[in-house]
Amino acid sequence: MKSNLVYVLFRRLRWPLVVMILVYAVLVLGFVLIPGTDEQGKPWHMDFFHAFYFVSFMGSTIGFGEIPHAFNGMQRMWTLVGIYASVITWLYGIGALLTTIQDPAFRRLMTDSGFQRKVRGIHEPFYIVCGYGDTGRQLVSAFADEGIRSVVIDHEQMRIDTLEIAALPELVPGVCADASQPDVLKKAGLEHDYCQGVIAITGDDEANLSIALAVQLLRPEKLMIARAEDPHATANILSFGANVVINPFKTFAERLALSLHAPGMFVLFEWMTGVPGEPLREPVFTPRGKWILCGFGRFGRAVYERLIVEGIHATIVEADPDKTGAPADTIEGWGTEAGTLKEAGIHEAVGIVAGTDHDSNNLSIILTAHELNRNLFTVARQNKRQNDELFHKADVDLLMRQGSVIAHKIYAFIRTPLIEDFLRHAQQHDNDWANSVVARISAVVTDEAPHLWQLEIGPGQTPAYVSLIGRHRITLKDIRRRPHDRDALLDCVPLLLKRGIKETLLPPDDTEIELGDQLLLCGRREVRKAMEWGAGNADVLAYMLTGEEHPSSLLGRWLASE
Amino acid sequence: MNTEKVLFAFFIVLALTLNFGFFLGDIAEPLQHNVYELFAALVVSLVATVLKLGDSSHIGAVFLATSLVADLQLIAAAIVWGAVQGWSETGLTHGTMAAVVSLSGGAVLANVISVVLLLAETLNVRR
Repeated sequence: MKSNLVYVLFRRLRWPLVVMILVYAVLVLGFVLIPGTDEQGKPWHMDFFHAFYFVSFMGSTIGFGEIPHAFNGMQRMWTLVGIYASVITWLYGIGALLTTIQDPAFRRLMTDSGFQRKVRGIHEPFYIVCGYGDTGRQLVSAFADEGIRSVVIDHEQMRIDTLEIAALPELVPGVCADASQPDVLKKAGLEHDYCQGVIAITGDDEANLSIALAVQLLRPEKLMIARAEDPHATANILSFGANVVINPFKTFAERLALSLHAPGMFVLFEWMTGVPGEPLREPVFTPRGKWILCGFGRFGRAVYERLIVEGIHATIVEADPDKTGAPADTIEGWGTEAGTLKEAGIHEAVGIVAGTDHDSNNLSIILTAHELNRNLFTVARQNKRQNDELFHKADVDLLMRQGSVIAHKIYAFIRTPLIEDFLRHAQQHDNDWANSVVARISAVVTDEAPHLWQLEIGPGQTPAYVSLIGRHRITLKDIRRRPHDRDALLDCVPLLLKRGIKETLLPPDDTEIELGDQLLLCGRREVRKAMEWGAGNADVLAYMLTGEEHPSSLLGRWLASE
Repeated sequence: MNTEKVLFAFFIVLALTLNFGFFLGDIAEPLQHNVYELFAALVVSLVATVLKLGDSSHIGAVFLATSLVADLQLIAAAIVWGAVQGWSETGLTHGTMAAVVSLSGGAVLANVISVVLLLAETLNVRR
C-alpha cells in the first residue's frame, strides 16, 4: 500500500528530523537571547520571528545578510556555530534519505506498491499471465494488439525488464515474483472483478499445477488455462475444476499425424489457429514410409505414439535409451553425426524428426540429414525463439515452435471461442470436405493468414440489428452486404452459426438470423471492420437492407412501408 | 530499560508539561505568559510529532493526529503573537494575548489526549 511506503520512509528519517528540529531551535533561541548593537551603540534584541527568518536562510546556505543592523562579535560567533551545525545536520538528513531510497528492501516495497497501483487502475477485463518466456511474450503481444489487457508474473527479473522495454500498445504491469504463491496472485488482481482468468504458461509443470490449484481454491469461477508437458501433470490439472490444459507436444504430434492422413484438414487447422497477418502456410504433403525420430523425450514420445496410430513405425535415435525408456530397436547416439544416421537407415527413409531439446542439436541433425539424403521430409522442434532465422534458413518442412503452438491456441481460445466448436465439428468430416473449405477461404484472403472473428447478434456488438430482428426478415446475405455497394457481398466465409446449443457448419446465405445468434466468420481484417460498421450504424444498415440513401427518415419509411 | 521507549515517553510528556505551563495564568495578561516557554513548547511538540511518525497501526494514526493538532495550534499562536507584535500599530493588546493563550489551550487538550493514549498503550503492554 502506498501509505506503508511513506510510513517506512518516515520511520527511517525519524532521528535526523529530530536532530534538525533541535539544532534549529537552539540556534533560534541563541539569536533571540544574544543582544546586538545598533549603529548608535544601543543594544537591541531579535524577536523570534526574525531569528527564525535568519536561521532559515543561513541553514539553507542562502545567506541574504545581517539584518536589520550589522552583527556584533557575539552574534557573529553564534552565526559561525550555526553555519557548521545546520549544514552538517542537513547532510546527515539527506544522507539518511538517500540510504533509505537505495535500500533494496525499500526499493522492492516501491516496485511492489507501484505494481499494485497499476493493477488496481485497470478498469477493463484482463488476464493474469504467469510466465513471460517465449510463449508469454507472444501471447501478451498478441493480446495487446487486440486491446486485451494482461498482467504478467515471472520469477526472473530480466524477463520483467524485457516486458518494460517492449513497446506494447497497452500498459502491461509486470512483477518479478513466484506465481504459485496465492498472495502474489492476489496482488496481481486475482480477486478483482475485472480479472477474467489466469493463464499459467511457465516452463515448469509443477509451478503450473500449483497455480491451477491456487486459482481453483481462491476463485474457482475464473477461467484457468495451463500448459503441461508431462502427461501425468496434464491429467492432474484436468482432474479438478474446469481447467483447460494445453500440451504443446501432444498438439504438435496430433497435427503431424493430421498432415499425414488429411493434409487438407491440416491446413484448415493451421489457419484456424494461426496468428492473423502471418504469411499463409502452403499445403504440406507428408510422405508415408520409413521415418527416423531423433530424441525420445516427451516430444519424441508423443510423436512416436501418434505415428504408430498412423501405421508408421519410426526408428528412434536416442542418446540415453535406458533413461527415457526407449523401445528395443533404438539406435544409441545423438543423430548429429552421419554414422548414427546411416545406422538408422537414412538412405531409405522418407522423413526425419529432430526432436531434442537443444536447438543446436536439432539444426545439426537436419543439416547432416540433408547432406545424406536430399529428398528427406524434415520436421524439427525449435525451442528458443531467438533461433528463428537459423531454422528459417535450414528450410525445414514442418517446424514446431513450442512457444507459438501454445500462444496461438490460447489466443484463439480466448478471442474467438467458437473456433473450438468449429474444429470439433470439422474433425468429423473427411479430407475432401476440408479441401473444399480451404478453397473457399483461399478465395477470400490474399496471401495472409485469415482473420477470424465472432459476431454476436445483440445490443453489444450489433445494436443496429436489434430493433429490426423479429419484425423483419434478415438473412446472412444481408449481414454480408457491402456498406458502400449493397448489391455486392463482402468477401468472407461464414464458418459456424451457433444458436443456443445448436451449431450449424458453413451456414448458407439465406439462413435467417435471430437475436442471440453467434456467428464465426473468416476473411481479411478490412472486411471485418466493414461488417462491424454496418452492424453498429443504423443508417448504414438501412441502406444495406433497402438501398435508399436518405438518412434518418429512411428507417421510419421502411417500417411504414412494410 | 529501552532507551527509545524512554525518549519517546519523555518528549510526549514534556510537550504536555511545557504547553500547560505556558497556558497557566490570566488569559489576557501578557506578563503571565512567557514567550520562551511558548517557543520551547512548540519545539518539543514538533519533536514529539516526528517521533510519532512511522506507526501505521490505528492507535498510531490517532496518536499522530493529536500531535499534529497540537503543532497546528501552537504554530498559529506563535504567528499571531509575532504578527501582532511586529506589524500592528497597537502592539500586543489584552485581546490578542487572550487569542494566543486560548490557541495554546487547545493544544493542551490535544496533548492531554496524546498522553492518555500513551498511558493506554503502556497499560496494555503490562510488562
